[in-house]
Amino acid sequence: MSNHRRHLLGMHDLDSADVERILETAAGFEDVVERDVKKVPTLRGRTVLNLFYESSTRTSASFELAAKRLSADVVSVKAAGSSVDKGESLKDTVRTLNAYKPNIIVIRHPHIGAAQLTARWSDAHVVNAGDGKHQHPTQSLLDLYTIKKRLGRLQDVKVSIVGDVLHSRVARSNIEGFQMMGLDVTLVGPPALIPPGIEEATGVKVSDDPESMSEADVIYVLRMQHERMESGQNYLPSLREYARVWGVNARRVRPGQVVMHPGPMNRGVEIAPDVADSAASLVENQVEAGLVVRMAVLYDLMTRPSMGTVIDIRERAGERGAA
Amino acid sequence: MTRLEMRKAEPVSLLIRGARLLDPAEGLDVTADLLIHAGKIAQIGDRLDAPEGTRVIEAGRRTVLPGLVDPHVHLRVPGQEYKEDCATGSMAGAAGGYTTILSMPNTDPVIDSGATLEAAFERAAESAVIPVGFLAAVTIGRLGETLTEMRDLADRGAAGFTDDGSPIESARVMRRALQYLKPLNLPIALHEEESSLTRGGHMHEGAVSARLGLGAWPGVAETLMVARDLRLAELEGARIHLQHLSIRGSVEEVARGRERGVRVSSEASPHHLTLSDEAVYSLDSNFKMNPPLSSEDDRQALIEGILSGVIDCIATDHAPHAQHEKEVPFEAAAFGVTGLETALPILLEELVEPGLVPLATILRAMTEGPCNAFDLERPALRVGAPANLAIWDLDARWTVGERPFHSKSKNSCFLGRRVRGKCLVTIAAGCLALDAMEDKAVGAV
Repeated sequence: MSNHRRHLLGMHDLDSADVERILETAAGFEDVVERDVKKVPTLRGRTVLNLFYESSTRTSASFELAAKRLSADVVSVKAAGSSVDKGESLKDTVRTLNAYKPNIIVIRHPHIGAAQLTARWSDAHVVNAGDGKHQHPTQSLLDLYTIKKRLGRLQDVKVSIVGDVLHSRVARSNIEGFQMMGLDVTLVGPPALIPPGIEEATGVKVSDDPESMSEADVIYVLRMQHERMESGQNYLPSLREYARVWGVNARRVRPGQVVMHPGPMNRGVEIAPDVADSAASLVENQVEAGLVVRMAVLYDLMTRPSMGTVIDIRERAGERGAA
Repeated sequence: MTRLEMRKAEPVSLLIRGARLLDPAEGLDVTADLLIHAGKIAQIGDRLDAPEGTRVIEAGRRTVLPGLVDPHVHLRVPGQEYKEDCATGSMAGAAGGYTTILSMPNTDPVIDSGATLEAAFERAAESAVIPVGFLAAVTIGRLGETLTEMRDLADRGAAGFTDDGSPIESARVMRRALQYLKPLNLPIALHEEESSLTRGGHMHEGAVSARLGLGAWPGVAETLMVARDLRLAELEGARIHLQHLSIRGSVEEVARGRERGVRVSSEASPHHLTLSDEAVYSLDSNFKMNPPLSSEDDRQALIEGILSGVIDCIATDHAPHAQHEKEVPFEAAAFGVTGLETALPILLEELVEPGLVPLATILRAMTEGPCNAFDLERPALRVGAPANLAIWDLDARWTVGERPFHSKSKNSCFLGRRVRGKCLVTIAAGCLALDAMEDKAVGAV
């Protein structure tokens, strides 16, 4: 296996020049998706394999559509109904699919580091479409695209990321991506849902005062990951209490602020319907951006040599020892 | 009385010529000849003659160290022999210069009855190349509810008791165990974690876990239980041994307990002494163990603990796992790493060579400390003592993984690391356990 294949495993794989180039490429693809015939031959003869171990609507649909818009051959495998159901290990699944020689594997998996392992075990370029609570880099890219398109700039834009940061890969990717592009990031939420050590690790500001989001240009609302709240953990007394104290409602959003959400939304929990459907909401813009940004990522991986992770040499040592 | 078992072997007769003989516990550091006759150290002196039929090893610049003692090893016997067994685990020990190891009872079935303990001893007596002892469980099935028949297990030679792998959650059960064991004067070895805080965790809570998003637990989860059990041991006047300490606060609790006269011994592992949670950024599952790698500040506290003697044992917590149990995403991987074959070499490289910890201190924590904690006879370079020793090339540098492991498993957290010190020959209980002398100095005269 090559040591030099390029991957997009996390935002740390990119520098600001990479991000700017991808956002420009994405803007170029806006034309294509508005056309009557929404297809360009860019990736003709290439194979994109989507491997989804978690349920997903927008990410899986937009990756599939992005690849098709670029004329790639697309295969989508969902864990449910596949041999994963029969207990096949990630390694065996990846090795099996690798035998079909895909150019790109897009993987979503509930476990942190699954995309990195896929990169190690396959010969394809790997795009992380979400690995547990770790990273979701294309979400961050599409969020940056959306902010830039609406506000006309990224530098010094004030963003409050609100809610369940602890369980959020979107937050982790956005902290890195936003900081890299010069945005000013504050995490806002109840202390039990803010990961201890995150200020030290990343240099973000943290606030436990819900009123602090009035300072922001962008209120970025995280999904309340209640499906990840194991019973008895008591991060919160109730979703009702969360909605009352931390929920983003019309009273909280001042004129000029925009509101974003990675979806799927829990209306009435972290975001009130009157905000979700208001002019301040960029939620649908984010979904639209998802398509062109993912087209740009696939395009960039296949055409640019300078992007992405070089698999760490220390891992090789581990692999050799285990051989 | 603690029972140790190994396979039957012929006691060796051997003359080691011109070696540095180093045994800090004996106050010994000389260059001399050492004669082993019929498995016992017969003579130490200059220009010794080899009796007829005695093999002679020209030691050159090599060093003879007393055999190391590891009070915390998972031989996976009985029931998990796909990970390790008495032959491979003891061979790994011999390759690391160990001459006695104690195996943990978190097996399948758990060693919680006389019959399972006897079965484990039988396996060791068939195939172990160095003496092996076993700890038995404190509670049936290690479930923390019902005490095992500790008198029976002690009569059959259990080296001590532990529910290792799990804490004893109930303070009441813990207290009853201490009360029951007090007349036997045997130690309870404790894996300390407050499980309501550790549940769902995979690593130490801090900046690294914040970035990665991995479920994590705070260091106080260990320290709270350490504090509880020091108080309970004090209340009952019983002995406790704290396994694999990893947190500064825990070391501080032990120091305070010692001042109050609590009968406590404690361990640190080579990996906690040489690695911090930064290693987990790689998401390499060979950095997943319990307790997890903690902060650099915690690591420094462990080193200080070894220097001050508050931590009196270095124990590997050698925890072999099959490849398919580790070659998975971090969260799905088993906790634990191997350690017998790399323990002294990584400590020589990372702590002794840079001048952080004297070699004598390390050696005492790998011989005297564990022997005091578990009432074992200390391997000694002393005339009349049974030959429990190893010949080392302390200057040899090598890369972990460049040669095959003796262990059945390969889940070392030091793969690819440069280390220092090669164990060439190990003699355990008077018998040859490892013979890896590669030069022509080997051979009968």
